[in-house]
Amino acid sequence: MKHLPSRSSLLMAPALVWLTALMVVPCALVLALAFFRRGIYGGIEYTFTLENFGLVFDPLYAGIFLNSARIAGTATLIAVVIGYAAAYAISAAPRRLQPVFLFFAVLPFWSNYLIRTYAWIVLLNREGLITQLLRWFGYTGEPPSMLYTEGAVIAGLIYNYLPFVILACYAPLSRLNPELAEASRDLGASAMTTFRRVILPLTVPGIAAGAVFVFVLSIGNFVTPALLGGGRFQMIGNLVYDQFLTANDWPFGAALAMALIAIMLLVLMAQALAANRASGHAARAGGDTDG
Amino acid sequence: MSEPRTLLAIDKVSKNFGRVTAVDGISLDIRENEFFALLGPSGCGKTTLLRMLAGFETPSGGRILLDGHDIAKTPPNKRPVNLMFQSYALFPHMSVRANVSYGLEMERLPAPEIHSRVDAILATTELVPFADRKPEQLSGGQKQRVALARALVKRPRLLLLDEPLGALDKKLRGAMQLELKRLQHEVGITFVIVTHDQEESLVMADRMAVLKDGKLLQCDTPHAIYEHPADRFVADFIGVMNFVPGKAATDGVVAANGARISGKVPATLSPGASAVASVRPERIRLFPEAQTANRTTGTVEALAYQGLDLQLHVRTPLSPKPFLVRVTADAADRRPVASGDQVELGWDAADVRVFAE
Repeated sequence: MKHLPSRSSLLMAPALVWLTALMVVPCALVLALAFFRRGIYGGIEYTFTLENFGLVFDPLYAGIFLNSARIAGTATLIAVVIGYAAAYAISAAPRRLQPVFLFFAVLPFWSNYLIRTYAWIVLLNREGLITQLLRWFGYTGEPPSMLYTEGAVIAGLIYNYLPFVILACYAPLSRLNPELAEASRDLGASAMTTFRRVILPLTVPGIAAGAVFVFVLSIGNFVTPALLGGGRFQMIGNLVYDQFLTANDWPFGAALAMALIAIMLLVLMAQALAANRASGHAARAGGDTDG
Repeated sequence: MSEPRTLLAIDKVSKNFGRVTAVDGISLDIRENEFFALLGPSGCGKTTLLRMLAGFETPSGGRILLDGHDIAKTPPNKRPVNLMFQSYALFPHMSVRANVSYGLEMERLPAPEIHSRVDAILATTELVPFADRKPEQLSGGQKQRVALARALVKRPRLLLLDEPLGALDKKLRGAMQLELKRLQHEVGITFVIVTHDQEESLVMADRMAVLKDGKLLQCDTPHAIYEHPADRFVADFIGVMNFVPGKAATDGVVAANGARISGKVPATLSPGASAVASVRPERIRLFPEAQTANRTTGTVEALAYQGLDLQLHVRTPLSPKPFLVRVTADAADRRPVASGDQVELGWDAADVRVFAE
């Protein structure tokens, strides 16, 4: 090696070792697994095959992928709308109150994910809190079936990942020079036009970051669909889980997992590219200020 | 000469923020086609007043009449007034052209008219080569011109400028002062500029108002304010002034050392009251003629050569602070002085202003 590692790269070493040992190696193993055959009684037969990947594109399984993407997409869309509105309200609050509101926004993170999801079961159950509340108001009909529906899964996903969206959108909103909105008003724009033409375009990076977060975490999620969606195969996460732990088809489970990782990487890369284009524009401008 | 028409009448306008009074009953008339400056130290209320004219703050009391109509409660997007922000507030995601077009698009003007008006203002402000650039690709002076073009293209009745030259370096500021004046003449729009820089308002303004603690101290032409300040604060704030503290007499001020400074004493000052006599540095002569009304001797403590003139710091028995004296380079050449020299200073009674202390 020509260069001695600098001090800063030494500081990175523990993280690199950790990631290599616990991320890269297991991923490589799972990837390798996907190219083998399933044994007749479970287990793995070490002969090379591409069958598992072929099966991923089987309409039955491809449909589950599409279904997962649709559920994750719906959750993302709703979470972004709710989260952006909340972030906007927080950034418009008095400066000293903003950290307090942000604290409450992320407060759910302080309790366990499973417990939070179980709480939704208590809420949505046929004789759960919502039904009881309806009864208290005088409702006497059939209890609504809310639990074990796609809606319940979407609600659970939104609930769990909303704080990410709020934090991601709050950052650019709070950094926005308030004089920009004033300038727009001064030039004759209504409050709505000001939002559409000035505030929204300047905070798109935050929306994109939050949306990618929710989508990537949602599409691979298996706890929420398992608990709130009932045992049906609604999402890929459950399918992968099932292949490894119930069907005992590790190679196919591995192929599904790889396909899922590929989808996530594509989404992340698209976002990184878009963000890079935005900052690259700024960097190019930096060297050309005195034209 | 006929009296110029009043465009904007600020009538007993006040603004309170909680228990703080930022603007305290200010009345001002701003005339058609005037370059008007609101001057004062930070916290004097000038920016709050400007924001009320733009529509970002609503007065707690009083009226703001534009062409006779009270606009005090009109929202900013509904008044023919535009503000050039101190930070310029250019839209970072839009090109120069898009920034300038924005205000006309809001008026829903036909596209060809927007295009030709934007082209015209870009030419006036010499921004044509930069039309497709983003604000981050511009220098400070260029950004300032975009902010100006963006406001001017709307052809407002009144253009407000909040510390428009604050972000520029000193040399550029000097050039832009003249540039702003030229543009104001060219477009024929009334300019109201807010500044804390007294030199800037002296150079640019047709008339100016000096504010302090939310109150109006004086409103007049720069020349009148410089030569006849309303009070001690204005005298000190505008330009440089030498002060001699003492007691008022009928025809001047008696300094602490017993010396008498002749000058006109305002009727409001009763003899014996604490007073200051003041004189501008350029009104003081070195080695004055024998009949000069006010004379003193002092020791030169420091000299500052400034090209055009020479500034002397002269320690005198009249005041605790050294006198500042400005001598033309020409006079200094004829009779050179050096640090430590004993010199005689003299000035006329007509150049003395007396204020209550």
